[in-house]
Amino acid sequence: MTALVNVRALDAFYGDFQALFGINLELQPGETVAIIGANGAGKSTLLKSLAGLVRNRPDAIKLNGRDIGDAPAASIVRRGLALVPEGRQLFPSLSVEENLLIGGYGDRRRAPWNLQAVYDVFPVLRERRSSDVTILSGGQQQMVAIGRALMSNPSILLCDEISLGLAPIIVEEIYRTIPLIRANGASIVIVEQDVARALRHCDRFYCLQEGRVTLAGRPSEVDQEAVRMAYFGT
Amino acid sequence: MIGGLDTLLEGVLLGGVYALFAVGLSLIFGIMRLVNLAHGDIIVLAAYLILTAMAAAGVSLGVATALTILVMFVAGFALQRLVLERVLGDDILPPLLVTFGLSIVLQNGLLLVFGADSRRLQAGAFEATSINLAPGLSVGLAPLIALVTAVVVVTLLQLLFYRTSLGRAFRATADNPEIAQLMGIDQRNIYAFAVGLSLAVSAIAAVTFGIRSNFDPSIGPARLLYAFEAVIIGGLGSLWGTLAGGIVLGLAQTIGGRIDPEWQILSGHIAFLIVLILRPRGLFPAGRR
Repeated sequence: MTALVNVRALDAFYGDFQALFGINLELQPGETVAIIGANGAGKSTLLKSLAGLVRNRPDAIKLNGRDIGDAPAASIVRRGLALVPEGRQLFPSLSVEENLLIGGYGDRRRAPWNLQAVYDVFPVLRERRSSDVTILSGGQQQMVAIGRALMSNPSILLCDEISLGLAPIIVEEIYRTIPLIRANGASIVIVEQDVARALRHCDRFYCLQEGRVTLAGRPSEVDQEAVRMAYFGT
Repeated sequence: MIGGLDTLLEGVLLGGVYALFAVGLSLIFGIMRLVNLAHGDIIVLAAYLILTAMAAAGVSLGVATALTILVMFVAGFALQRLVLERVLGDDILPPLLVTFGLSIVLQNGLLLVFGADSRRLQAGAFEATSINLAPGLSVGLAPLIALVTAVVVVTLLQLLFYRTSLGRAFRATADNPEIAQLMGIDQRNIYAFAVGLSLAVSAIAAVTFGIRSNFDPSIGPARLLYAFEAVIIGGLGSLWGTLAGGIVLGLAQTIGGRIDPEWQILSGHIAFLIVLILRPRGLFPAGRR
């Protein structure tokens, strides 16, 4: 089986600063993969590289076998990879519904994800469809951000810190949608600070530390001590 | 009584012309945060293009204007892709310098090709036609059409911005260009389309103003000043505000001119300063909608 996403020896830079060192990573169809690591380990840089917001060597990242390492972000989302960015990053000039609609800007399929489907998963957004996004609660904003990414009908959904700053009960509510998103045919990559939660929801995980993969595997196959070592490096 | 009404009416109609000057400026600023210092000269260029189309090809004013709108749209698209795109970034100074340079190039280019004589667009009989509203109160057809055009242009742009997918892409890009790309929006095309649209609107501004008053290659910067004032009075980033700003400016100039002809230009600037002092963000600062 060929991987959906194949990352080989990825070095990523912000100007002169190197954030990632020789990352190797694979994502198979239907999988949920978690990326864990401390602040500054390079998790967000990895997702930004995949989504095209950080440009890299062309062959460092392959999507469905094609080099996308230096492809512009707009072309990558059209090839089926969508990012829910850290901090939600909704468009304040657009209403809730417009934020969702703009997510489907380049998508002509309109299935399985469309306004109706997103509202079915997050009914509270239907009630607030014409609201200003800035007056929504944090949890509702996160729902809009996820719905917006789903509107492009991605085969791969990247979620960057979707639990950040939210009450635990809301986080659980949001995580409950992950199986549904998978059932609709998307593979998922979650970046998460809460290691226990990440390991609970994934098939496989990668642990990053200072820009390098220090541990990878299935949650059932590694013990806590190994994860702690890979996470903190001590 | 009638005299007063007459002045107000004239001011509002003049405002339509100023609003059309300003809409193109407001459009580019709203979407790209780019201040186009060549905007006034671009309007003058469009006026010369209309003049040339009429003289060289012998077409009517309407056909010449339609052609010029198309040409200016393409020119704007190319201007963004070939020139402005290279200097747009976090630093606002380089694009400012480039449009300043463009302003000088346009002024001197026009001077070289068309000479320094002042010109006017001939609108035929329509130019002198006026409509009687009441005994002693009449409006010129041309200024009335200018105002109606301004309202139509702003209405169409509002529909574009708030009712279409392209409009959403414009607003999303204005909010956050990086995240907009994650939606599959090609920022380069969106910006090029915005500049194209701005220049197309400039062609419409050119025809209304070219009928109303004389123009020569050097008057662009003065037009730019009025456009700036209209945009600031109305509130940055709001098109209806820009229309209102144009009307405030037109009214102030006409009323001032009625008191003493020497005061005409000055009273426009004074009205601008008063608004700036009382409402620094303009009359209708941009919110959502």
